[in-house]
Amino acid sequence: MNRLAKFYASSIGKKFIAAITGLILFGFVAGHVAGNLKVFTGTDSITAEGETFAVPHIDQYGHFLRKAGEPFLPAMAFLWTSRLVLLASVILHMTVVIQLSLKSAEARPVEYVRSKKKASSWSARYMMFSGSVILAFIIFHILHFTTGTIKLGQFEHGAIYKNLRNSFSLWYVSLGYVLVMGLLTSHLFHGVWSLFQTLGFDSPDRNKAIRMFAMVASIGITVGFALVPLAFLFGVLQEVPDYPHHLLENH
Amino acid sequence: MKIKIHVWRQQSPKTKGAMETHELDGVTSDMSFLEMLDTLNEQLNDQGKDPVAFDHDCREGVCGSCSMVIDGQAHGPKGSTTTCQLYMRSFEDGAEIYVEPFRAAAFPILRDLVVDRSAFDRIIEAGGYISNHSGPKPEPNSIPIEPEIQETALDAASCIGCGACVAACPNGSAMLFTSAKVSHLGLLPQGQTERYERVEAMVNQMESEGFGSCRNYAECEAQCPKGISIAFIGRLNSDYLKSQLVEADNPRGKMHAQ
Amino acid sequence: MFTLDSKLPGGPIQEAWTNHKNNLRLVGPNNRPKYKVLVVGTGLAGASAAASMAAMGYQVESFCFQDSARRAHSIAAQGGINASKNYRNDGDSTWRLFTDTQKGGDFRAREQNVYRLAELSTAIIDQCVAQGVPFAREYGGKLANRSFGGVLVERTFYCRGETGQQLLLGAYSALQEQVAQKRIKMHTRTEVMDFIVVDGKVRGLITRNMITGELKRHAADAVVLATGGYGNVFYLSTNAKGSNVNALMRAYKRGAGFANPCFTQIHPTSIPQSGEYQSKLTLMSESLRNDGRIWVPRNKDETRTPADIPEADRYYYLEERYPRFGNLVPRDVAARNAKDVCDQGLGVGPTGYGVYLDFARAIEQKGVSAVKSKYENLFEMYQRITDDDPVKTPMRIYPAVHYTMGGLWVDYNLMTTIPGLYAAGEANFADHGANRLGASSLMQCLADGYFVVPVTIGDYLSRNEPGEITTEHEGFEAAETEVRDNLNRLISINGQRSSQSFHRELGKIMWEHCGIARSKESLEEGLRKIPKLREEFNQNLRVTGETDHLNQSLEHAGRVADFIDFGELMCQDALIRDESCGCHLREEYQTEENEAKRNDDDFSFVSVFEYKGEGVAPELTKEPLEFKAFPLATRNYKS
Repeated sequence: MNRLAKFYASSIGKKFIAAITGLILFGFVAGHVAGNLKVFTGTDSITAEGETFAVPHIDQYGHFLRKAGEPFLPAMAFLWTSRLVLLASVILHMTVVIQLSLKSAEARPVEYVRSKKKASSWSARYMMFSGSVILAFIIFHILHFTTGTIKLGQFEHGAIYKNLRNSFSLWYVSLGYVLVMGLLTSHLFHGVWSLFQTLGFDSPDRNKAIRMFAMVASIGITVGFALVPLAFLFGVLQEVPDYPHHLLENH
Repeated sequence: MKIKIHVWRQQSPKTKGAMETHELDGVTSDMSFLEMLDTLNEQLNDQGKDPVAFDHDCREGVCGSCSMVIDGQAHGPKGSTTTCQLYMRSFEDGAEIYVEPFRAAAFPILRDLVVDRSAFDRIIEAGGYISNHSGPKPEPNSIPIEPEIQETALDAASCIGCGACVAACPNGSAMLFTSAKVSHLGLLPQGQTERYERVEAMVNQMESEGFGSCRNYAECEAQCPKGISIAFIGRLNSDYLKSQLVEADNPRGKMHAQ
Repeated sequence: MFTLDSKLPGGPIQEAWTNHKNNLRLVGPNNRPKYKVLVVGTGLAGASAAASMAAMGYQVESFCFQDSARRAHSIAAQGGINASKNYRNDGDSTWRLFTDTQKGGDFRAREQNVYRLAELSTAIIDQCVAQGVPFAREYGGKLANRSFGGVLVERTFYCRGETGQQLLLGAYSALQEQVAQKRIKMHTRTEVMDFIVVDGKVRGLITRNMITGELKRHAADAVVLATGGYGNVFYLSTNAKGSNVNALMRAYKRGAGFANPCFTQIHPTSIPQSGEYQSKLTLMSESLRNDGRIWVPRNKDETRTPADIPEADRYYYLEERYPRFGNLVPRDVAARNAKDVCDQGLGVGPTGYGVYLDFARAIEQKGVSAVKSKYENLFEMYQRITDDDPVKTPMRIYPAVHYTMGGLWVDYNLMTTIPGLYAAGEANFADHGANRLGASSLMQCLADGYFVVPVTIGDYLSRNEPGEITTEHEGFEAAETEVRDNLNRLISINGQRSSQSFHRELGKIMWEHCGIARSKESLEEGLRKIPKLREEFNQNLRVTGETDHLNQSLEHAGRVADFIDFGELMCQDALIRDESCGCHLREEYQTEENEAKRNDDDFSFVSVFEYKGEGVAPELTKEPLEFKAFPLATRNYKS
């Protein structure tokens, strides 16, 4: 058997893959939340054809992502590469985790009549549940905000701020997003700590710091994500009038 | 004390088992859990019934023979103790106690509470040693070992191989056991030569025995009678990854083929 | 009557072992794989012997009754292992370890054996360190030492309070390495039921698979017994519950001489018994005596808690009686004195059979954390068992049967009176005389297993063709039938009492009549009671279940049957030994200060018993002991 296949065949190899893909997805989520917070940084006033428009930063950021790498790379190249990496990560992450779970279920075929857990956290025990919900959410989220296939409020390509406002003004959309973010915290809390352990970076001297980092990161990300729908729902973020989209090009 | 005890009875590996309930009077708080079972067995013997089979030997918490899950926890509710060193003062008068065998596919039940843990021997066999013949060896003080390293190695080597980690793990994983031996030998200067071959061989054997994967629940550490730390699992992961991704491919068998 | 040839090497004792080895016949590397050696027991002696012989190339099969070789009772040794490394520069040497051991054994051991043991001690440490045994280190990274009872130097190597565990894991890992190399075939959960002796030589074993009940024949060129001691004849002892005398008794009944069966070490520091249900006694390492002071109240009717008893009302009896060694007197002296003060009615605890082991002064001088860290796991263990914290209140301790110096008689090569049958470790009688020094049992097991048996066995094997007898031989058939009949007999008695209750009763008889102090009357009384017990056992035993499955009652019943026979032999030996020596105290022979009074003129011998059949008295052969290198002297731990 070649080395890579052997490595993959071992459960530690699979866990390594889960950890690395988890790390990539964690990085993405962290970047995503940072980008999201641009809704709070306001607008730029752009004057064109005698008129002055307020163009939200987040819309500009979205445009930047689509254009990133130009002129060295064709338009959308960076975005699609990232998307493919993320997609591959999600698929790998899921595949290995499912394979590991099947192996584990085989390893423990009979449950105890009485069972009492001493140490494992809720977050650790419900990784499969939180993960599945997050997966379903990701699909929904793409159909909702990226493609606009699922319409909850008006949708217009590229008008990120407006789309967010239209959706999150609906209480049930905001509530749904916030709840899912709660599960994401749970998933990240165990996942982030766990990946250090799996990659062998933990040690008795560092363990406290790692646990702390996992907690701060997972809670921080959730708070960051939740702020956006809540801010729209409670009217903290005001409506921004329409502006011609070609302004993003020139700016 | 009077207690009610629900205990797993199973005739042989192939037959189906079930919980059986007995009442036991005259239990005292200074009795060990196993002495309570002895008393139950005396009672069963008097009634002409088969006594409950369970593994035990040293009864001092060090041989690692005793293996049972008491009220859902390996070695019982007390923590940091083996069943033989669990005393009835940890239970209330009138308590209902559930006693089950260690459950894992890699630990098939032989009878009642007795399970087959030979998978652990095979993991050690795969590489849990520093190859040696008997005979003259270097003067030990010629290789000084920092006390901290020695202490950490001894922490790992304190594992008694009872299998509570496997029983406690919702995934039936043997990572704590394997990592303790890998760390014990991998920390010491004497163990460096075979360090990466060792971890690879032991992990491979562990995998083939049908243990589950580690999901970092830390349940093993909490139910380990010797308090072996999951930090050793991190150490194993690190050594294993190095063996796979950094070190040259040098499976153990080759060394001995000469 | 045996004709005993001890094969002791002549010449200066310092060169005896080297010369002896030089004169042994060897088996060449190409021939070793043709010889099959069976090793019974996987403790320190058995595992080390099996691993060493397998590494040399012999075909080895190893047997243990536990579910893994790693669980043998050597694992429970706490304190340490002696070696005359003289790292402390305190005047230690091979000679001093030799003389300490001889004195400790009260001159009832062969001096050549003892010297060899001392000589091999340092190599054991080297071997174990090479295996990765994590002995305690000092800050510079060098090996640490501590002192142990009965000696004036610091020569004990240790791993916290789990030295036996670490040494055994070292030997076990060596064993597993050879299993991986396919040079050892391991049989766990397998009990040895009988030996096959053909034309006077051992030729194999009958074993019982404890899971399926299957009886199996194993033919071999030699057999090594490393089955440990027989302390469980007392029912309550610090031995593991499974420790038994079966293999030794089987060998004895097949013609192996049993030497000094009455020499039993009573360990002074065990946790006292708390009730009738008690299944075993737990040892507290003797190393505690380094910092603990032993005392009892001066007044019989003391009711105050230990902390409230003022110094003036405390009787530090060891310090008062033995000012030079104080609390570090040898085990037998400490044990006897504890019994003595308790018999005077000064004992403490609910049963009145306990003395205090007090750490207050050590804590005052060194601080709680220093004392605690030194004895951490012992303190924890004590608290777990008794619910008392030794930091706050003194421990209560009492002597308990711990180690048996007697065992199968062996010559200098460790071969028994049956050619081809070897005994190593606690199973033989060879090195500790009438009393063993602390931290010497691990040393002896490993010396036998790593360095003696693997070398000496070649001398026997080289004189025999490999594989002469197969399992088809009629001897196997006969032995197997006998074993099967005996198992069926135990089941078919179908009486009222459990084997457990017989074992308990036997234990009481032994403790009362052949315990810390023995007398002619008590021993004779014991010898009257044991046959009666045997008779009842044979008529009123109840074993449930069948022979063809995992049946722990059946296993235990078989062990108790042998313990009963053995108990009788032990009393017979104790009665014959009309003197006091080491751990064997005959009340008739003691000094005014309750010290053992030896009778060197009449009893400088090893008593070797030969089985003469059921219900017939065994025949005694005496192996005279000579003390040329280190002349006889009376032990004196007082000044």
